[in-house]
Amino acid sequence: MRSFSYERAQTPEQAAATVAGKPGAKFLAGGTNLLDLMKLEIESPTHLVDVQDLDLDRIEETDDGGVRIGALVSNTALAAHRKIRTDYGVLTRAIVAGASGQLRNKATTAGNLLQRTRCPYFYDSNMACNKRKPGSGCAAIAGFSRQLGVIGTSDSCIATYPGDMAVALRVLDATIETVTPDGAKRSIAIADFHRLPGSSPERDNVLEHGELITHVTLPKPIEGRHFYYKIRDRASYAFALVSAAGIIAPNGATRVAFGGVAPKPWRVEAAEEAISKDRKAATAQIFSGARPTEENAFKISLADRALAAVIAEARS
Amino acid sequence: MEFNAPAGRNLFDASKVVGKSTPRIDGPLKTTGQAPYAYERHDVVANQAYGYIVGSAIAKGRISAMDAEAARAAPGVIAVILATETKPVGKGMSNYAPLFGGSDIAHYHQAIACVVAETFEQARSAAALIRTSYDRSAGRFDFPKLAPEAPLAKDEEGKPDRQTVGDFDSAFAAAEVKIDATYTTPDESHAMMEPHATIAAWDGDKLTLWTSNQMINWGKESMGKILGMDPKNIRLDSPYIGGGFGGKLFIRADAVVAALAAKQAKRPVKIALQRPLMANNTTHRHATIQRLRIGAGRDGRITALAHENWSGNINGKEGENGTLQTPVLYAGANRLIANYIATLDLPEGNAMRAPGEAVGHLALEVAMDELAEKLGMDPIELRIRNEPKSTVPGKPEKRFSDRNLVRCLREGSTRFGWDRRKAKPGSVRDGQWLVGMGVAAGYRAAPANKSAARVRLDGNGGVIVETDMTDIGTGSYTIIAQTAAETLGVPLEKVKVTLGDSDHPAAAGSGGQWGAASSTAGVYAACVTLRQKIGQTLGFDGDKAEFAGGKIKANGKSFDLAEAGKLSVDGGIEFGKFKDDYDVGTYAAHFAEVAVNAYTGEARIRRMLAVCDAGRILNPLSARSQVIGAMVMAAGAAMMEELVVDTRFGFFVNHDLAGYEVPVHADIPAQDVVFLDTLDPIISPLKAKGVGELGICGVGAAIANAMYNATGVRVREYPITLDKYFERMPMLT
Ligand SMILES: Cc1cc2nc3c(=O)[nH]c(=O)nc-3n(C[C@H](O)[C@H](O)[C@H](O)COP(=O)(O)OP(=O)(O)OC[C@H]3O[C@@H](n4cnc5c(N)ncnc54)[C@H](O)[C@@H]3O)c2cc1C
Ligand code: SF4
Repeated sequence: MRSFSYERAQTPEQAAATVAGKPGAKFLAGGTNLLDLMKLEIESPTHLVDVQDLDLDRIEETDDGGVRIGALVSNTALAAHRKIRTDYGVLTRAIVAGASGQLRNKATTAGNLLQRTRCPYFYDSNMACNKRKPGSGCAAIAGFSRQLGVIGTSDSCIATYPGDMAVALRVLDATIETVTPDGAKRSIAIADFHRLPGSSPERDNVLEHGELITHVTLPKPIEGRHFYYKIRDRASYAFALVSAAGIIAPNGATRVAFGGVAPKPWRVEAAEEAISKDRKAATAQIFSGARPTEENAFKISLADRALAAVIAEARS
Repeated sequence: MEFNAPAGRNLFDASKVVGKSTPRIDGPLKTTGQAPYAYERHDVVANQAYGYIVGSAIAKGRISAMDAEAARAAPGVIAVILATETKPVGKGMSNYAPLFGGSDIAHYHQAIACVVAETFEQARSAAALIRTSYDRSAGRFDFPKLAPEAPLAKDEEGKPDRQTVGDFDSAFAAAEVKIDATYTTPDESHAMMEPHATIAAWDGDKLTLWTSNQMINWGKESMGKILGMDPKNIRLDSPYIGGGFGGKLFIRADAVVAALAAKQAKRPVKIALQRPLMANNTTHRHATIQRLRIGAGRDGRITALAHENWSGNINGKEGENGTLQTPVLYAGANRLIANYIATLDLPEGNAMRAPGEAVGHLALEVAMDELAEKLGMDPIELRIRNEPKSTVPGKPEKRFSDRNLVRCLREGSTRFGWDRRKAKPGSVRDGQWLVGMGVAAGYRAAPANKSAARVRLDGNGGVIVETDMTDIGTGSYTIIAQTAAETLGVPLEKVKVTLGDSDHPAAAGSGGQWGAASSTAGVYAACVTLRQKIGQTLGFDGDKAEFAGGKIKANGKSFDLAEAGKLSVDGGIEFGKFKDDYDVGTYAAHFAEVAVNAYTGEARIRRMLAVCDAGRILNPLSARSQVIGAMVMAAGAAMMEELVVDTRFGFFVNHDLAGYEVPVHADIPAQDVVFLDTLDPIISPLKAKGVGELGICGVGAAIANAMYNATGVRVREYPITLDKYFERMPMLT
């Protein structure tokens, strides 16, 4: 870990402006991801702007029947919130499927969206990694890639976005609200929030330097059976090999987003109409254009079977 | 005391303390944070500085240059030691590559530098400033590719490790029913909670290491060899150890580099290996390839049994010998055992809990399941049918000391409800889950080694036991206290136990499941010597007196233990040659019920049972803990644990606890452990054998067999992760 300076921001605008003004500055929320990465010198910010004092820790209902979640709401508080549990079950399920109780107490809504990949080569600074060190190459593509992405990847990077919560947010059509460095507000649809790597895998998302997430808003609840099915190598405390977040409406109409397969929560709306009629064809469409490695090709049929399992469960 | 004949009736047969479930006496210290582990021994020496080790970025080759200028100039830095500026240290016991020094790189994350600073953070940040360039050379990293060319390993006498009984080839060719299957097990990591850690301090030419080590006496001798100094000038102290599983049997880089760094810094230096360094810098369990061929008659009697094992290690050193249980577990007139070893440039493979047997059962006991199915015979019945007579197959001169495997199987069968198992795989369904049951037998040798202790009377009725025996979380403190309390007839609370200090008499240490049997026998022997000395002091024959309730009855009189004043004796046990006529082993029957999701292949253990035959159980509470812990470890080996080798760069990729997944609570359901009430008079005066490694032998195979029984898909490549089978499972619709 390199030495760095530290301050606590008082307003969102001030936080954004401060980080924007310093090339090496970063926001610090719960610290459960950033501090780990700093200890390994994978991240080496020179200045940290701690956002924990900002007035962004509430969950409020919006005029159109949705909810507005402050960026600092902890994962635990969000998952346990009454309205979230009853009306947005997929979100609660996704959150509690992630990390551990202690981590969820500390982890924030914004920080969770911005957690970095778990590619093992990203974590070993002796290895080439375009995401960690642009232009150095990618040790994972011809290496141990079992956990990595099958679709949306590029020749520069095949890492996944590893988180759970965002996969549920994708199904719920959430919007990310930010304050830009010049104090303006911006709304970003979750579908557009995480980036595909292309030739610049070092950028995980579309935020500009200094842009602060203030809220995540959810439109009004979607009726139906909410599910989050996370498949992993052990029963808890592991990242997904494949996860499926979704809602099956009373008429059988199904929406689904997959986690653990791509650099972002993977949802193809155009394929969803077919799910209730011909699930296999629908998942084939969702994964069309996939470029798995030999080691992770299984994820595509696992995703299909995960969906089959939840549909069968819903019908039984 | 020499143990040179089978134990007869003795005081342990009427024991009041030994054999009773006893909460560990060190428990309160541990739960209240007062049992300091090596890195936390802030008070043992003043002025401790922090060391931080840098690991090699390549697996094979040479360091061409190292630049530590920036690191040396960094804030707080006291000293920097570089491998290139240090003569390679000597090799201690089971060090297959030098732990520090020189330009040659033998494996990934080999220690190449250490920064010593005032704070941990300063040391770590300066360590990142060291610039190293390398000349990389090609290495032998691909074990499965190299295995077919591997030569036979050498056995203990240096002869090629191939044993035959009868004529395997002809018998196998003629057998009515045959199995020929190959199984693979991956490299595994000990993944203990406490990393390797040491505080080193010099006082003139005397070195003290407060460390975390299972084998104090080996460690002291090894350290002498490594640093080229007289072991007399070295002291190791390791009273509490946060797990070892074999990973701390030998001196590793933390101790060596701390000693070198402390010399250079002229200050005590403390080092803990950072977690991401542990898998590649230290040792691991080697991967194996195992081929099993079993031929049997239609009646299930084995006529031919071959177990061939391949593993690999750095410099072609000792491998993982999966065949160890095979000569002993089943009858059969024609046999072949062979053990091959490839030379690799991966990190050093070495002992991990039940080295050999832990993975050997994963092959043999699944092959037995496959044979049972082919025969259309119940797998328990098949095992019972092949129970050897009273001697080791092919070795009529070697008798089983006490063997109750059949009882374990029968008892387990009843308790587990084995009769509810459906022989046809895939026939039990519970919603989306397919449910199966599996069984496996387990065998693990029960060695006992020379072990000594000092026992003192404090003059107030209290007893103090001092030995360099270690407690690696197993409960040694408690069974040693129980043994002393029993032998000297005092309540348990009157016994104080001090462990892990090399200034105390050398015990057998903790390894190979010999610790409990050996160290309690040593303490017993020392206590007997003390009784004699008490007798001399008070004027009676200590061997004939009755020690009970803190009092001594002798010559028609009653004495208080305190009357003997302060006394101290050193004593110990040695084991005589008569034991060579026996195979002294521990046995188990393991059962598992596993549910597998028919769609996705997710597997969940539902129940587990171990029925163990290990002689007298000294402390049923901690013995149970040993076995349930071993069952968890075995579940990990069967279902998820694997150090993944990147064969391009020659290293274990998933080298932290996020990447190397071990079971969590949610993976482990109700576990049941039953100990048979057996006594083994050949092992020691206490008739007690170890259980810590028995607990891992066979469990994984029971799980694998249960998964097969659930799904009908056999996976012979461990760990059995869902990607290896889910597409072969019938999806329920
Ligand atoms: C052992 C372990 C297991 C885990 N398992 C899972 C799992 O199974 N599933 C899962 O989904 N997650 C898992 N996680 C990840 C965990 O969810 C994240 O670490 C956590 O959500 C990050 O939140 P934080 O508030 O601590 O973020 P921080 O670490 O504080 O910040 C993360 C990033 O977000 C930026 N940031 C923070 N707040 C803002 C803001 N308001 N605006 C703009 N940028 C901001 C920071 O600059 C930083 O780059 C695991 C983590 C660990 C350590
Ligand atoms: S996949 Fe991406 S994160 Fe992983 S090594 Fe390649 S570039 Fe780095």
